[in-house]
Amino acid sequence: MGLILRLTICIIILNVSFAFCQSKMVSIKGGSYIPLYGRDSLKVTISDFEMDVYPVTNQEFLEFVKQHPTWQRSQIKKLFADNSYLINWKSDTELNDSQLLKAPITNISWFVAKDYCECQGKRLPTIDEWEYVAMANKTVADARKLESYNKFILGWYEKPKTFNNEIGSTFKNYWHVYDLHGLVWEWTLDFNSVLLSGESRKDVDKDTDLFCGSAAIGATDLMNYAAFMRYAIRGSLKAKYSMKNLGFRCVKDIIN
Amino acid sequence: MKQFKLSQVILASFVLLITSCINNKEKVYENSADIPVSREMTAELTSPPNVPTPVGRRKAKKLMVSMEILEKEGTMTDGTTYNYWTFGGSVPGSFIRTRVGDEVEFTLSNHPDNKLPHNIDLHAVTGPGGGATSSFVAPGHSKTFSFKTLNPGIYVYHCATAPVGMHIANGMYGLILVEPEGGLPPVDKEYYIMQGDFYTKGKTGDPGLQAFDMQKAVDEKPDYVVFNGKMGSLTGDNALTANVGETIRLFVGNGGPNLVSSFHVIGEIFDKVHVEGGSTINENVQTTLIPAGGAAIVEFRVDVPGTFILVDHSIFRAFNKGALGMLKVSGEENKTIYAGVVQEGIYHPEGGTIQTMPNNGKANVEESTSEKSLAEKMESGKKIFMQTCFACHQAEGQGIPNAFPPLAKSDYLNADVNRAIGIVLKGKTGEITVNGAKYNSVMTAQSISNSEIADVLTYVYNSWGNNKTNVTTSQVDKVRSGK
Repeated sequence: MGLILRLTICIIILNVSFAFCQSKMVSIKGGSYIPLYGRDSLKVTISDFEMDVYPVTNQEFLEFVKQHPTWQRSQIKKLFADNSYLINWKSDTELNDSQLLKAPITNISWFVAKDYCECQGKRLPTIDEWEYVAMANKTVADARKLESYNKFILGWYEKPKTFNNEIGSTFKNYWHVYDLHGLVWEWTLDFNSVLLSGESRKDVDKDTDLFCGSAAIGATDLMNYAAFMRYAIRGSLKAKYSMKNLGFRCVKDIIN
Repeated sequence: MKQFKLSQVILASFVLLITSCINNKEKVYENSADIPVSREMTAELTSPPNVPTPVGRRKAKKLMVSMEILEKEGTMTDGTTYNYWTFGGSVPGSFIRTRVGDEVEFTLSNHPDNKLPHNIDLHAVTGPGGGATSSFVAPGHSKTFSFKTLNPGIYVYHCATAPVGMHIANGMYGLILVEPEGGLPPVDKEYYIMQGDFYTKGKTGDPGLQAFDMQKAVDEKPDYVVFNGKMGSLTGDNALTANVGETIRLFVGNGGPNLVSSFHVIGEIFDKVHVEGGSTINENVQTTLIPAGGAAIVEFRVDVPGTFILVDHSIFRAFNKGALGMLKVSGEENKTIYAGVVQEGIYHPEGGTIQTMPNNGKANVEESTSEKSLAEKMESGKKIFMQTCFACHQAEGQGIPNAFPPLAKSDYLNADVNRAIGIVLKGKTGEITVNGAKYNSVMTAQSISNSEIADVLTYVYNSWGNNKTNVTTSQVDKVRSGK
């Protein structure tokens, strides 16, 4: 009896620690699509890759900083994070009482997000990869033209404090990935490749190649508005910034 | 003669001396950019309808402005809330008051709880994007930029982050005033008003938290057109106040995003309007046009007491969508300027001699009419309602919040039928409470016959969840004759 009990506990511990090391991933079949800012000539091709099902959680990140003290709040190089880095934690290795273990980690910089993924043999997704997966709704791979899809995203923009919701609290999309919309913004590897000046009207100018949104901004469908806001938030970031509504997830290349 | 000439010369030279002294003291700069600044000063920021202290004769300064962006839920109208995006926590945003030549050091902070990046485009700025390029700031961060105020006037500021229309539609606008050297002429009262149109998923008045509706915004079909961000922001207890004899200055802006405002104060004539907020002053204006993304300064002296209604004279916006405010003026009446009702009388085109005849005839007719069936009354009552009552009480008897009380499911109406008859007969002035909300306006006496009153009240009582009282002509007769 005692043996069985000990064995079960062992297995549970094993499982838990396994969950810490490797969060669940699903494979994404590559393809090509025209991103929001693209034109026909700018079709983007995505290779097959794997993506985390959920954003990285507080719990997972807590384990990470315990193992890598250089990323703890008091240890981190000022170059790699601003003053709001993990600002709501009780200490270097303790969450605040109001923070849920299963809620997505936020208030982290791009540097630490990148390192976190690399430590697990993964990497951050590119904007194009992230947007490719995120254009799916529950049933179709590209739902960008659907009103319900856009309504959901725009609705989230107006819901306050979703960063403290647990992962998995939104919908499972076509690729079986959760929470791309409706929980937190997410870092991407090349977030700063979109050079939005922040002066959106200037970005309309066809003569500048800052942001090829000239075609998109003229359109009036809802899709532009939902996605424009994502590009706007990316454009406002610097790699050392940390934000209450900004988390991340990792992806992995599929090596044949 | 010679003596006189001499004294004249002496006097003239004195004058010359004095004026040259003054000239030395207050150098006039042809180019505002050359005005030097002395010392630092923290800008006073106020939420509407208040404005900061006038600049007066102060010199140009380095003016520190610190503004925080907050995305927060607020009340649109009773029972309806909306997620506003704000400069400084209010819609419109904090009022900024500067003078020509000030060097404004502007710090824009985006609250960490916010979801979106924002920026600010001040129309008072001479420079790319009006500051938008330099102030693009992520949540949890702040940006500082500076500019010199070159042109006097009243200017709009707003957020210019993509999607611009949505940021403005959610309330991200306000006014910045640049006073000329020496300040605007002093007045007794100054207020800050800004119109905006709002687009919600539900219809006007639908309860609960209402989300922004992009399609309605693109179609330019607002559910709310309001002053200072919500219905009733300037009515009832929130009404602007003044005393008889005071000069009022209103800084009136229009955030848009879509509509142009025909700003009018019922019962007043603007003595002066700084047209489009610029240096041209127009006088004796009834209604002034305020473009979206524009502003004006209007000034008028209030000469008589009373409640003056501020409206967008595109009048359905005022009565159906909320663009309505009040200025309550108290003090002594001035019968020369406004006498009020001097005399009430009966008007008969045929002349005064036969004035008793129709009354008798009418009374006879009414007596001879037998009581109608409920269906007949409903039909006739509905017609009368649509002709007489609909304008204020609305098609479904829902009334207009803060202005006209509802008749639908109305506790006040259902409580006392004789009181209701009395109100239709004689009108009603003063404060009443209907379904928990206070109303303080005027209903005039309705000049309709006793049977018409019976019909329309029967219609009202048998519609919209009321208590189905069948009002008879004889009941109305009794109330009319006071028995």
